[in-house]
Amino acid sequence: MSATFVGMPAFPVAAHEAVADTTLRGNLRHATHTIRAKRAAAVAEVSDWAQLREAGRRIKDHTLRHLDRYLVQVEEAVTAAGGTVHWAADAEEANRIVTGLVKATGESEVVKVKSMATQEIGLNEALEAEGIRAYETDLAELIVQLGKDRPSHILVPAIHRNRAEIRDIFRSEMSRWGRPAPEGLTDAPAELAEAARLHLREKFLRAKVGISGANFVVAETGTLVVVESEGNGRMCLTLPETLISVVGIEKVVPTWRDLEVFLQTLPRSSTAERMNPYTSMWTGTRDEDGPSAFHLVLLDNGRTDTLADEVGRQALRCIRCSACLNVCPVYERAGGHAYGSVYPGPIGAILSPQLRGTASEIDASLPYASSLCGACYEVCPVAIDIPEVLVHLRERVAQGGEATRQGNKVVLKPARGHAAERAAMRAARWAFSRPGVLRGGQRLASLTRRLHPRTLPGPGRAWTGTRDLPPVPAEPFRDWWQRTPGGKEDAK
Amino acid sequence: MRVALFLTCVNDTLYPDTGRAVVRLLTRLGVEVDFPQGQTCCGQAHYNTGYRHEAEPLARRFAEVFGGYEAIVTPSGSCGAMVRELYPRMGARARAEGRGNTLERVLAPVVPKTYELTEFLVDVLGVTDVGAYYPHRVTYHPTCHGLRGLGLGDRPRRLLEAVKGLELVELPGAEECCGFGGTFAVKNPDVSAAMGADKVRNAESTGAGVLCAGDNSCLMHIGGTMSRLGSGMRPVHIAEILASTEEEPAV
Repeated sequence: MSATFVGMPAFPVAAHEAVADTTLRGNLRHATHTIRAKRAAAVAEVSDWAQLREAGRRIKDHTLRHLDRYLVQVEEAVTAAGGTVHWAADAEEANRIVTGLVKATGESEVVKVKSMATQEIGLNEALEAEGIRAYETDLAELIVQLGKDRPSHILVPAIHRNRAEIRDIFRSEMSRWGRPAPEGLTDAPAELAEAARLHLREKFLRAKVGISGANFVVAETGTLVVVESEGNGRMCLTLPETLISVVGIEKVVPTWRDLEVFLQTLPRSSTAERMNPYTSMWTGTRDEDGPSAFHLVLLDNGRTDTLADEVGRQALRCIRCSACLNVCPVYERAGGHAYGSVYPGPIGAILSPQLRGTASEIDASLPYASSLCGACYEVCPVAIDIPEVLVHLRERVAQGGEATRQGNKVVLKPARGHAAERAAMRAARWAFSRPGVLRGGQRLASLTRRLHPRTLPGPGRAWTGTRDLPPVPAEPFRDWWQRTPGGKEDAK
Repeated sequence: MRVALFLTCVNDTLYPDTGRAVVRLLTRLGVEVDFPQGQTCCGQAHYNTGYRHEAEPLARRFAEVFGGYEAIVTPSGSCGAMVRELYPRMGARARAEGRGNTLERVLAPVVPKTYELTEFLVDVLGVTDVGAYYPHRVTYHPTCHGLRGLGLGDRPRRLLEAVKGLELVELPGAEECCGFGGTFAVKNPDVSAAMGADKVRNAESTGAGVLCAGDNSCLMHIGGTMSRLGSGMRPVHIAEILASTEEEPAV
């Protein structure tokens, strides 16, 4: 399996395989249902959850509205604290900056904290191309990296793997990356964790360069915040001499007071914990300890374009908790890989087509990867109305229209493959605008009902492949209403 | 009280029994029901598939046809949510696009007086015991737009619990989507079918003979899956259960 998402097939094609994979379905069902129930309990014990959610929404909206100002504030504060700020308009520029910074240290390997932003830009591949080896140190990311796999979940990237699969990956792959797995490794969680600990420890102690993302950047002091469970993040953030953090521009919060809201909502939404085990915060550099050089790479990569869209911009509120993935019935069946991006699930379905545009087959299919059941919106700790954005993006795909790409207003053409649907929708609107036409169609269907096939040909197979069609009644309701009339002459 | 039945195009065409049940039920409760003949479709399928502009004339027609009534009652959580949740949004979008507030103004009157059936019974008529009789073991599936869109809460359950002879059994994973999702059912048939099959399995595990819900479009998907899987269960709209009495029992 390729480690990148380039050239992914459309969602329904990728999902077709996932649905048929019973091991994957079992792994996902078990994992999502467990975390789903725990999250519900963790949220239920907070009496002011609704207010916290609303506060989070407002803080994010306010920050995004004044992002220009807050980003400059971040740059000033980070610089004043001894760090260096770099601005990256896209993935290529960000990769170039980071690769250059690593090369300047003379090192050929780096340790990484789990980071969505660096995955989004394909940093590991860019480093590899320059002969620099990047070691993922988050347990799940390590599993993904060793297995030459792709992440399938925001928080638990190896959610699609069970313990036996992980044991096999450790046994066969660890030796190629460093310390091999202990002899006789079993699939007991404690043994697997110990194997990872031993394997990673030598890398932490050797590494001179660490690369991270950040969950938040506090503008007033230029402080970066990483929230994690394993402690590997703190190792990467404190042991190396040089620390490089790649952070999406939407991660800014104005003040520490604002941060407090998210430090309550994020752990409960993501891991169902009252407080996560490790919260690391750093401001620039210090002489006494920690990295002596700190670089912050502020990443745009489609975020400004997304911000320009009145409906779609709410996706930038996301704090990457993954609660929406864990409740999503589509994610549960299709798995994370089908979304063709490091951002799977409902949030991915609205982020990817905005950050990357809707030109590719996978991105044009993502807005439809939802039954619009609304469970994602209900659990979102920053109240992103994901169904609203999905429908908005469907309109962009099916009808085209105005959008912003690379900072320019453009008028998009409708995506390919929607002409028949567009004609059908127009025809349906025409018929529904004329009750007489509707009635004619209903009567025709009723008259010919004995002739209706049980299964449909062509696109109709999408329904009748797995479901029977409902029988058409002898007469539509409106005919009965007129004939009886109003049901008065007909008890039934 | 004179109310309009907004039956929905799906019910009108495929499920007239549900329409007849609503008429019988409301008439029994002393409500004068009218079925405005000009009604067609609320535009939900258009809107949710990304054809908002095609949905607009249908919304305007809806407002025109139903505007004169005191209340508009619909046996569909999702079409009810279309009017209540999405009509205001359509109007606001039109304004944001510089097309003025005409659409908003035209649609505004019908929004607050549109009720999903169970909402109308419990909130407007103030009844939970509608005098129904239905001697079956029933499990209830709250459909997504009724549950999360309209916030129907325990209204349907309270109505079902008051039905004589009815044994209500809890559906495991009740609040999970059945996988219908309008055009989702055919655009992502594999995932939709997998969700449907899981819903049916959960329903079967209850030992109930009937799966009840407030949306026939969802029931079309669940029922179609049941019949394909050879399940002994059948889907029944809540209106048909509530309309059933000892004198005139539903089959």
